[in-house]
Amino acid sequence: MNVVVCVKQIPDPTAPQSLDANHNLDRTGKLILDEADTYGVEMALQLVDKAGGGEVTVVSMGSAADLAGIRNALAMGAAKAIVVSDESLRGTDALGTAKVLAAAVRRAAPDLVLAATESSDGYTGTLPVQLAELLGWPSITFAKAVTAEGGQVSVARQTEAGYDEVVAPLPAVVTVTAGVVEPRYASFKGIMAAKSKPVEQLSVADLGLAGEVGPAGARQEIVDVVAAEARAAGEKHVDEGDGAQRIVAFLESIKVL
Amino acid sequence: MTLGTIWVVAEPAGTALSTTSLELLSAARGLASSVAAVTWGAGDHAAQAGDYGATTLYQVPDVGDALPGAPVAAALAALAGAEAPDAILIPASYDGRDIAGRLSARLDRPVLTNVTGLADDGGLVSEHPAFGGTQLVHARFRGSGPGLFVVRAKSFAAEAAGGAPATVVAAPAGDVGAAGAARIVARHEEVREGPQLEDAAVVVAGGRGLGEAAHYAWVEEIARLLHGAAGASRAIVDAGWVPYARQVGQTGKTVKPTVYVACGISGATQHLVGMKGSKAIVAVNKDPDAPIFQVADLGIVGEVQKVLPALIDLLKARSS
Repeated sequence: MNVVVCVKQIPDPTAPQSLDANHNLDRTGKLILDEADTYGVEMALQLVDKAGGGEVTVVSMGSAADLAGIRNALAMGAAKAIVVSDESLRGTDALGTAKVLAAAVRRAAPDLVLAATESSDGYTGTLPVQLAELLGWPSITFAKAVTAEGGQVSVARQTEAGYDEVVAPLPAVVTVTAGVVEPRYASFKGIMAAKSKPVEQLSVADLGLAGEVGPAGARQEIVDVVAAEARAAGEKHVDEGDGAQRIVAFLESIKVL
Repeated sequence: MTLGTIWVVAEPAGTALSTTSLELLSAARGLASSVAAVTWGAGDHAAQAGDYGATTLYQVPDVGDALPGAPVAAALAALAGAEAPDAILIPASYDGRDIAGRLSARLDRPVLTNVTGLADDGGLVSEHPAFGGTQLVHARFRGSGPGLFVVRAKSFAAEAAGGAPATVVAAPAGDVGAAGAARIVARHEEVREGPQLEDAAVVVAGGRGLGEAAHYAWVEEIARLLHGAAGASRAIVDAGWVPYARQVGQTGKTVKPTVYVACGISGATQHLVGMKGSKAIVAVNKDPDAPIFQVADLGIVGEVQKVLPALIDLLKARSS
């Protein structure tokens, strides 16, 4: 069984974030593998292991100047990577990204595509389903458990009330939540092996998409970015055994009690 | 009003339409001269859709056990091609997001997600919180074709307008092919007591600072004593302490209760987005520099392991 995992290298979320002059997220600093993607990589490795054959390919779009995040996925155990990098893709929207990834996925021809439910930088959360629609494949989103056998994927899918058991024939796209599996840490051996694993770098022209994808500006634009009304902090007390009383008094003051 | 027609994806929830759907219908009728709802499933929603402002209710043919994303998007795409609405508003729910993604690819139109506000400025301008809600991004679509907006829960008030039942129009079944092959084979509903998290006047939520899964029982007990609902941060949902249905935040539920009591929650931006709209916020955390204190009306710097049991005792004494 061959699995593609869509991953994204993002600016470190723990570092200060800012927008550039075009209102795009500043991505000039160090990039890391989105932590949300480590769950998909781990899930894919476990599914391939269970199937007794096949390999995991990570597919990504973005700058190829720094591939530390991609190498991290390879160090976890993915066999190879496809990175689509092209100056013309700067600022493209999620649908444009989905078109690029669809072309890359077709090259890899996997049985299953895994992705996070959403990235930790943009939180758009539509790309995996756009990708499924472009491929003409079924999709199951918000998986908290995934098994695959007999040409079918079975998923426990989160719902408002609990979860549904959902099945779909392969090939399919599945998005996984954090917590679907516990991601492994890359071993020293894995880190060393990742250095020599193949990373195929492709341009838009290589994928036959020249002229079909580009900046988002043509179809949507940011009007402005303003500071939100800040919520004023109230009183803060160090608990000296009276913390609970203070909470009760506060709840009384706002007539909750 | 510069907008002619807005459609709202009206998601069935039990026998009624979901609260977010009603919020979107309420917003739409203030923004466009004509509002239509699009729904699916076996329920009859014409009266409720009309009450909240829709004059037309497009009914997608029965989707059976299929996940609704593919068949509803296919029907919507066919309808939108024929009727050309100015905008389609979609609830930011599990199925809503599936519909939005598939519709976007079918119509070859981008989507604006995480919308928390909409205004008419010679066309729809959407508002999106960024950087944990400290900044607001305003965006709009360019070019032709409907604008697709995925709107977060609680962005608008749901207010009935007393309209006549909507005229039901059967939507065409779109061709979904293999893309529509995902089937629900079993449904599991977690048992819960008390008010729903989204509707509760009091929300008591726990985070990693509780120390261990068993301590979440304090959060549930305080919620019960205050007739409220228990929520959770993403950290303890990911850790498997509590089910996802309890999660408050960017990737969970948006709540706006009268009071939100955050217990052992540091206040990551991910979490703040989901609860900053609460009328009052109480926080208990041992770290005096935790970001949650920047939004709390009352902050107690202390051990939840001491404060919560004491609070339970006080509340029990009052109720007995």
